[in-house]
Amino acid sequence: MSEVKFSKEHEWVTIKDDVATIGITKHATELLGDIVFAELPEKGTSVTKDGTAGVVESTKAASDVYTPISGEVVDTNQSIVDDPSKINNDPEGDAWFFKLKVKDLNEINSLMSREEYEKFAKESTN
Amino acid sequence: MNKTALYQLHKKFNAKFVSFAGYEMPIQYKDGIIAEHNLTRKKSGIFDVSHMGQLFILGDDKLTDKLQDIFPTDLKNLSVNQSRYSFLMNENAGIYDDLIITKISNGYMIILNAACKEKDFEIIKSKLGEDFKISLSKDLSLVAVQGPDSKNLIEKIIPGVNKLKFMFGGDFKFNSNKIYVTRSGYTGEDGFEISINNNDVVKFVEALISLGSNLIGLGARDTLRLEAGLCLYGNDIDENTSPLEANLKWAISKNRINSNFPGSKQIQRQINEGVTKLRVGIKPEGKIIARESTKIFDENNNQIGKITSGSFGPSVKSPIAMGYVNNTYTKENTKIFLEIRGKKVSASVCKLPFYKKNYHKGDVNVGS
Repeated sequence: MSEVKFSKEHEWVTIKDDVATIGITKHATELLGDIVFAELPEKGTSVTKDGTAGVVESTKAASDVYTPISGEVVDTNQSIVDDPSKINNDPEGDAWFFKLKVKDLNEINSLMSREEYEKFAKESTN
Repeated sequence: MNKTALYQLHKKFNAKFVSFAGYEMPIQYKDGIIAEHNLTRKKSGIFDVSHMGQLFILGDDKLTDKLQDIFPTDLKNLSVNQSRYSFLMNENAGIYDDLIITKISNGYMIILNAACKEKDFEIIKSKLGEDFKISLSKDLSLVAVQGPDSKNLIEKIIPGVNKLKFMFGGDFKFNSNKIYVTRSGYTGEDGFEISINNNDVVKFVEALISLGSNLIGLGARDTLRLEAGLCLYGNDIDENTSPLEANLKWAISKNRINSNFPGSKQIQRQINEGVTKLRVGIKPEGKIIARESTKIFDENNNQIGKITSGSFGPSVKSPIAMGYVNNTYTKENTKIFLEIRGKKVSASVCKLPFYKKNYHKGDVNVGS
């Protein structure tokens, strides 16, 4: 599995072979607060890098989820739809959002490393 | 940006702040909105509502007469230390503000919404003329303590408060200084609101925290009041909705309906002819949240209304909302459709409140 990479929209992505797993970061869940609703893309649909690919809602507000990489949705995590609080509990583990068959592996080069993301997240909060 | 006297204490307890009605107010603390909501329902929560206006008008029976010309509430039969929910209305019965009027020994105390208080003050002052002393307090904080454990906690600090019944108040002491306590609140739980000097409020709240109560932010205040079916001014009621449309007819005193007060003609007309839109409870199907401004449709795709408040109800464990629908769609279980992110989601009209209120209607009013 590849090193985890991060987007400016607070998504994380890991790639194994040509399948990417995508979720939202712990930092994102801290900004959102208690998540009470999640909507995922449908299997078989194609999504484009930086396009919307889902929605999360906290008690406070709704936020779009963007895909940090292009591809075809091959799997979605129904367990976070059934129990959205899982996203707060384990955002960078069990509470992944969807898996993509990656269209262009080079797209990952524009994403941030963990170190870069943490710096970005800290700066964008201040 | 204004800050309340409790600002530093909020900060100490890791509050996240939002700007609300010109004040920097805590939206939540470190455990988050759902945890705070549940603490209030199951134990005890402390709310800083010092941004709200505390208006004092001094006078005797002449003042009561004059205030009855302004408010649709029977003030003549209000006993000293008794409170009523009321409205300040325009001539069209649109609501300038919803408020709580309490008769005190030397006049009236009126609690106003933060965003409306300056305007309310001007409206009321101009209607009263020069005969009565009227002031919007700058020295007083307002703290709500809500939830089932609150009565026992607060009794330890302010002996005697537990004898108050719902919508009654009285003078008490804290740190040998005078405070005014009413048994009231806006969460659907038993609780108290304490009007206390800015210099004493930090000590008072710290004492409650040390006894086991918890600071609660505006986020949970919103989910609590929404579950209890209570209106948020600016969302669920405003200058374009009347108390009848808002389904708040109960707050217009029966013996005042045929009197003269701003909006009385419209109120009488709406009682006789009915209203064209009505505030109802709405339950979206599934887990989707319908927020403020979501459009409501009938099965033939005609728009029949709009959501005015919507969130997730942590105690009812489902999405909840309220809004206005055309008067033929107000029956319980009427199927309606909500347009959320371009899709139509089914929902049904339901009774309010979503969560049964637990007010304390027992003991007699004593206040010291």
